[in-house]
Amino acid sequence: MSTTPEPVLQATGVSKFFPGAIALDDVSLSLYPGEVHALLGENGAGKSTLIKCLTGAYKRDAGTILLDGKEIDPRDPQGSLALGIGTVYQEVNLLSNMTVAENLFLGWQPMRHGMINNREMVKRSKEVLSGFGLDIDPSQLLSSYSIAIQQVVAIARAVELAGKVLILDEPTASLDREEIDLLFSVVRKLTERGLAVVFITHFLDQVFEISDRATILRNGRIVGTRELANATQTEIVTMMLGRQLEEAKKERGKAVIGETILELKNYGRRGTIEPFDMILHKGEVIGLAGLLGSGRSETAGVIFGSTPADQGTATLNGEAIKIDSPRSSIHLGFGLCPEDRKTDGIVGDLSVRENIILSLQARRGWTRPISRAKAEKIAEDYVKKLDIRLASLDMPIRLLSGGNQQKALLARWLATEPDILILDEPTRGIDVGAHAEIIELIQTLREQGMALIVASSELEELITYSSRIVVLRDRRQVKELQGDEISIGAIVRSIAEEGGAQL
Amino acid sequence: MMKSPRLPLYMTMATFVLAYMLCIWEFPSMFSSRVVANLLTDNAFLGITAVGMTFVILTGGIDLSVGSVIAFTGVFLAVILRDTSIHPLVAFGMVLAITIAFGAAEGAIVHYLEMPAFIVTLAGMFLMRGLAYVLSTDSVPITHEFYDVLQSIYWKAPGGGRFRLIGGVMLLVFIGAMIVLHRTKFGKNVYALGGGVQTAQLMGVPIARTTILIYATSGGLAGLAGIVYSLYTSAGYSLSTVGVELDAIAAVVIGGTLLSGGTGFVAGTFFGILIMGLIQTYIVFDGTLSSWWTKIVIGVLLFTFIMLQKVLAWATTARRKPATEFAMRS
Amino acid sequence: MMGGTLRRIAPQLIILGVVILLNFIVFPGFFSIEFQNGRLFGNIIDVLNRGAPVALLATGMTLVIATKGIDLSVGAVMAIAGAVAASVVTAGGGWFLALLAALAAGLACGSWNGILVAVFRVQPIVATLVLMVAGRGIGQLITEGKIMTFNDPGLIHLGAGTILGLPTPVYIWVIMGGLITYVVRRTALGMLIESIGINETSSRLAGINSRVLLVAVYLVTGFCAALAGVVVAADIKGADANNAGLWMELDAILAVVIGGNSLLGGRFSIIASLLGALIIQSVNSVILLSGMPPEFNLVIKALLIIVILFIQSPAVQHAIYLFRASTPPHAPNENGAKNNQTAKESLS
Repeated sequence: MSTTPEPVLQATGVSKFFPGAIALDDVSLSLYPGEVHALLGENGAGKSTLIKCLTGAYKRDAGTILLDGKEIDPRDPQGSLALGIGTVYQEVNLLSNMTVAENLFLGWQPMRHGMINNREMVKRSKEVLSGFGLDIDPSQLLSSYSIAIQQVVAIARAVELAGKVLILDEPTASLDREEIDLLFSVVRKLTERGLAVVFITHFLDQVFEISDRATILRNGRIVGTRELANATQTEIVTMMLGRQLEEAKKERGKAVIGETILELKNYGRRGTIEPFDMILHKGEVIGLAGLLGSGRSETAGVIFGSTPADQGTATLNGEAIKIDSPRSSIHLGFGLCPEDRKTDGIVGDLSVRENIILSLQARRGWTRPISRAKAEKIAEDYVKKLDIRLASLDMPIRLLSGGNQQKALLARWLATEPDILILDEPTRGIDVGAHAEIIELIQTLREQGMALIVASSELEELITYSSRIVVLRDRRQVKELQGDEISIGAIVRSIAEEGGAQL
Repeated sequence: MMKSPRLPLYMTMATFVLAYMLCIWEFPSMFSSRVVANLLTDNAFLGITAVGMTFVILTGGIDLSVGSVIAFTGVFLAVILRDTSIHPLVAFGMVLAITIAFGAAEGAIVHYLEMPAFIVTLAGMFLMRGLAYVLSTDSVPITHEFYDVLQSIYWKAPGGGRFRLIGGVMLLVFIGAMIVLHRTKFGKNVYALGGGVQTAQLMGVPIARTTILIYATSGGLAGLAGIVYSLYTSAGYSLSTVGVELDAIAAVVIGGTLLSGGTGFVAGTFFGILIMGLIQTYIVFDGTLSSWWTKIVIGVLLFTFIMLQKVLAWATTARRKPATEFAMRS
Repeated sequence: MMGGTLRRIAPQLIILGVVILLNFIVFPGFFSIEFQNGRLFGNIIDVLNRGAPVALLATGMTLVIATKGIDLSVGAVMAIAGAVAASVVTAGGGWFLALLAALAAGLACGSWNGILVAVFRVQPIVATLVLMVAGRGIGQLITEGKIMTFNDPGLIHLGAGTILGLPTPVYIWVIMGGLITYVVRRTALGMLIESIGINETSSRLAGINSRVLLVAVYLVTGFCAALAGVVVAADIKGADANNAGLWMELDAILAVVIGGNSLLGGRFSIIASLLGALIIQSVNSVILLSGMPPEFNLVIKALLIIVILFIQSPAVQHAIYLFRASTPPHAPNENGAKNNQTAKESLS
């Protein structure tokens, strides 16, 4: 099944340059009918750039793409769809205000006498969806169904319109196990029909479960392509991470843990995170590990109060506290660097200086403004300390690079001199240099006696600075690792064990 | 229970039926074909305008220029029929061409210059009202035998109600709009645009064409409403129909269409119009109530329906959460 | 700091200068000011005086628009406030009591809007539409549908009187605009308002109490609208709930937009909006003085908005940006391209 001689899609020597960076360097990829081909790599390895070059969302700078042996050059995702390449993204790109049938057939509705034949449309939707193992009423609104079903509808639309290659870009990120099973059964049906499927994900176990082959990317280059039937997880992970893994292990220092600062008991929020207990000491970092959607960010949000807890108790330095909003927790000495920098972190059009003093100013209240001179001094201090690279403190923060934006956000919180700092994916989507600096900063802050909670999907990074690691799955804590117990293997095992138990 | 997008529509219908029954209970004479016929005749131009507004609001936009377009149309027709010997039908064609082109231009500005519809159509409102002033500041009477012919067309129902041509035109526009919205690709594209421009674009909806067509439709329907209004009043006056855009928006919202776009029905707008007409009829029948109560009651209705939609939105999100929780635990 | 403000308002100053020059061309006596009966007369004084209501509304509207909101109800609030002031004064209350009652009515309207927007999360345009529709009816309810005239000299002084030769409304809008500018810029309010207008989620997560700020902003707008309503009523010595402030919300929004403030929220300048209000009034003056029929007023205004909006539209701004980015020879190409990327992202 895995390799038939004629590839349906063949990309050769694809390169893409961004200003100051090579996003893709001479990447080649072959797809055969009926295979599931996983595309693996860390954040920033070039997976999504490659996909965007294939679908025409980006204009590639070099390379050729052959579809069924003919060279193609799609100008936009619409063009590639017409050629036979369909893409389904993590966020369902369908219209929730319209019915399932309308979504399936938007733009190519069955017509009769110049009008849309609604009955025919619903009938055919039912047929199409039952081919995917879905028995739902297509005349209902899309939004009345779960994300997984919406995802399948999106796949059905892509397959009906494209029919040769299906690209799944992190489709399982927000799904639970049952929903993933549904999705995978659909994918298997498609490969039986001879479709080639590209599967992008961060979840290795899912890769091994569904894929025939995997191509691994690192820093915009191909590391290799492997038949998964005779590859091991370790092999793939090593290819993805390179040498970093061993180096990372060596660096891990011993933490000097101080007295208890925060104690959470039976703390949780219905529908967001199952109740958990947590004790945080001064001078320690608790790492939150788990897959996307496992409850990492949710834990951070509940502690910080952006999605306040609705059960359990919290004590800070021995005193009972109540956190019902970010405002209240900031006054208590908390800080949170959110996962999504652009939508939850920066205030794009405000200057770097204003962004840095924003939380401090919010805590002081509007009647006590921070003078221009003082703001300048605070900002300059942190720009120097964190090595934020910018042309001027007055430039809008949105013009900074991702790493510098992240550092400015860290500066915003450090300026409030917090006792407890929560970092959600502090190194996501930033360049290598800033990456190392932020990890170093976390260690420095810990040594200075700050208590930190860090959620990250990058395990090798997490184990360098965490004194304890809490593993989450399905929005609840499943394991706590300390001291010598901490290793990537142990974390992955506790995630996987739970997964096994679920199956 | 499945979430039904029709719920606000049913609420509007129920509100109308209930309100009408209350009216009849108090003034039994309101139950007559005359009242119904007048409801249709008096609100014909507003109804036609509101249909265009429904299209625009469904895409998440707004059109503030419609009131001015109606006034402009009236003045244009009156001046043309006074100063030239052009047949009214030709004049109708001319004015429709102008208003459609005007709407299309607004749509093009909204789309290509990426400007908020609110401010573009505000400029359009000033422009059309201004052009109407420029044509004539006085009320210009229309005397043309063809107008007399059109005005004399009616069907006399048992009970004395006269269903006139313009009421019929409005009903035809409503029926036509329903067909367009629910049975054509353009109609589905309207909903798609309201659901999210970027997603719609990814799904292959021609954004530019749809946006321009939408505002052209609204402009054209406002032009048609202007023709109807000139038939209704036999005059063109640049100061007439001030604030009609507000009434149209109110009718659309009371009809259950979300101002954020994507959800709503033309049928709802029809009942919105009827409810607003009913309030005025009631005030006329009562005789002691002052006219400003119309505004207050419409405001209260607006508020009620906006809050109702909020509550429905909350209820549906609240209902979905436990559903996923359940799925995760199982 | 001063230089920054000047640079910010330079376009508005230039436009105002051009329009005033036009005034001078069509009517050479535009700048002449006479002193009669203890009062200054002249076209310039008229512009300053007649611009008062829009300037007052624009002051509040600037703040609302900075939070990504809009207040359509200000015209209706003017009608209510005028009606309240007139009814208090005709019922025998003093002018001061009448003013206080009108301002209280404005604050009540503002808090209604603010609570709908901030607490119930209704879109501002929808939330304020309710009061826009119902407000005029409420005003008529208070005046019982009549134009409620009064002759209390204290109240009339607010709209038609003079202080040291200058009409009172000029003092009112200048002081109000100055005061609010001073407060928002001397405290952290201005920055916090801009912050929630640019990104409310981020701001809330940074600890800003966006709810309270939003309500406050609508309160200020209600207050300004009420003041404008009192001025207009005092000027004609009567409250006309049907016509007072009719379509003035649109002029106010226009003033804010001409002032270069984005309807999408964020950075704002009250001074620029006030200049915008003066520009609108000066355009009215040109049309009046040139002897053109006043019918052209609206057409010219419309064309003016279209031109200004065209210049300010994101698409054109982007084109200008690209043009500028390509001109300086030393500008590193990378940066330009990267910024384009960001600019595009922020558009989407």
